[in-house]
Amino acid sequence: MALILDDIVCEYATGTALAAVALDAVSLTLSRGDLVVVLGPTGSGKTTLLRAAAGLLSVSRGRVEIDGLPASGRGSARGAVGLLFQRPESQFFSLSVAEDCAFGPRNLGRTPDEALEDARDALSAVGLDPVTFGPREPWSLSGGEARRAAFAGVLAMHPRYLLLDEPTAGLDAEGRRSVCEAIESARAGAGVLVVTHDAEMFLDSADRVLVLRAGRPVFDGDVPALLEALPRLSEAGDVDPPEVPRALMLARERGLLAPGTLTLDIDRAAALIAEGLSSGGARS
Amino acid sequence: MIRFESVSFRYRADAPLALDDVCVTLEAGEVVAVVGANGSGKSTLARLCDGLLEPTSGRVLVDGIDTAAPESLWDVRSMVGMVFQDPDDQIVGTVVEEDCAFGPENIGVPSAEIRVRVDSSLAAVGLQGLERREPHLLSEGQKQRLAVAGALAMRPRYLVFDEPTAMLDPAGRRAVLEITERLARAEGHGVLVVSHDITGIARADRVIGLDSGRVVFDGGPDGLLGDAGMMALLGLALSPAARLAAALRERGLDVPLSAADAESLVASLWR
Repeated sequence: MALILDDIVCEYATGTALAAVALDAVSLTLSRGDLVVVLGPTGSGKTTLLRAAAGLLSVSRGRVEIDGLPASGRGSARGAVGLLFQRPESQFFSLSVAEDCAFGPRNLGRTPDEALEDARDALSAVGLDPVTFGPREPWSLSGGEARRAAFAGVLAMHPRYLLLDEPTAGLDAEGRRSVCEAIESARAGAGVLVVTHDAEMFLDSADRVLVLRAGRPVFDGDVPALLEALPRLSEAGDVDPPEVPRALMLARERGLLAPGTLTLDIDRAAALIAEGLSSGGARS
Repeated sequence: MIRFESVSFRYRADAPLALDDVCVTLEAGEVVAVVGANGSGKSTLARLCDGLLEPTSGRVLVDGIDTAAPESLWDVRSMVGMVFQDPDDQIVGTVVEEDCAFGPENIGVPSAEIRVRVDSSLAAVGLQGLERREPHLLSEGQKQRLAVAGALAMRPRYLVFDEPTAMLDPAGRRAVLEITERLARAEGHGVLVVSHDITGIARADRVIGLDSGRVVFDGGPDGLLGDAGMMALLGLALSPAARLAAALRERGLDVPLSAADAESLVASLWR
């Protein structure tokens, strides 16, 4: 049971002068409980990848399969997938936050009471108190609250696969934390695919990282392998390194620290830097 | 100077105050960051700066002109440029230079002068060479820079940015941050930036912190970054680089509080 992208190619405006290949030979397997992070600069095909995985976009080559069923068309498994768009505020349409969140589960056949229950649970899971926020008009929410409410609307459907486009963009520290906690708890029953520039927030718990450049995978592996490849990926402009390894890389580029492995761990990095300083070239 | 005099604001008569007795200033040549948790009133404050919203009580003065006076609204709007989070909300032209010219055309600037303004505004944000490009073919970072250029073409004295980098990748974020700083320090604009981005906050001249619509902090970034309780109240978390800096300070190393990104951290360690 998995969401499988098998060697897919996606094109926009096929057959016209504007035709452009947005994804080229991308493969990915997302099983329940997995957290897969997709990185890459703006325009590298990350959002296209999510849309293809959700069956919203037909592929011109390859195959998208969700638990053994096609991702789109008749007999598709589309209900199994929850997709959170980059600007989720644009997907509200009900008069209250609770109703908006309950719409998805209602559509999947839950009774009105059950659907409201799903909505309340989901709002709590993203750190929005359902008593305070449930009756609010979606348009009265601040940007960060709206993002979390839209995420709750997706979680309320209990999708088996969660596809999230920049879920932490524009959120304050607490918002980012609650979204990440909600993702972690959803992961118990779902596979999660996250497209993000906020690598810091997700790499600690990621099982796998895919890096795209102009629609092609240039890295596919786990986090230790990513850290090893980071200087190369950073040099090529494919990944903006998280700050802790970035500080180590900068120090090494300047010859101030002996070459060695990179880490995301703050204490280990502090130890490496302190060691480098005491062995010469130090100011203090 | 933009001056808020005891400004309160509510969106509806039965809604709670979104801003509560706010007294702040923005001077020409300075970068002021506005911070606070989601829903604390940051965007409301930004929208009050150019009369998009009018105070429920109190006054907002732009170089002495009251934003609530109907006869001076257009003067105020031409003095204060706004750039929003999502550049797609404010891009209207079919090619880059036309979009940039939209504002000045609308207020009847002569076409030779528009040409000059468009060229200098696009150059200021590094979009020269892309004048004939269609906006939808720009990257998000380029679009945000076009939105900034569109605001600049109005020759405003003050620029208000509402989370200008939230949708950008780190490279786009750095580019926009550098532009805001240059506009203030080299060109003398007063720049107000609503932001959660610690790197930008650490480099601002002053930080205004909002909690439930009230100003709870107004001072230099070092005073804020060193105050864990205030950071939490304002919904801010130390960036990983700032946490690394804190871990180094614990080890007895002399790392300044303003070292909130990898570059300044490394520079401060090895000078």
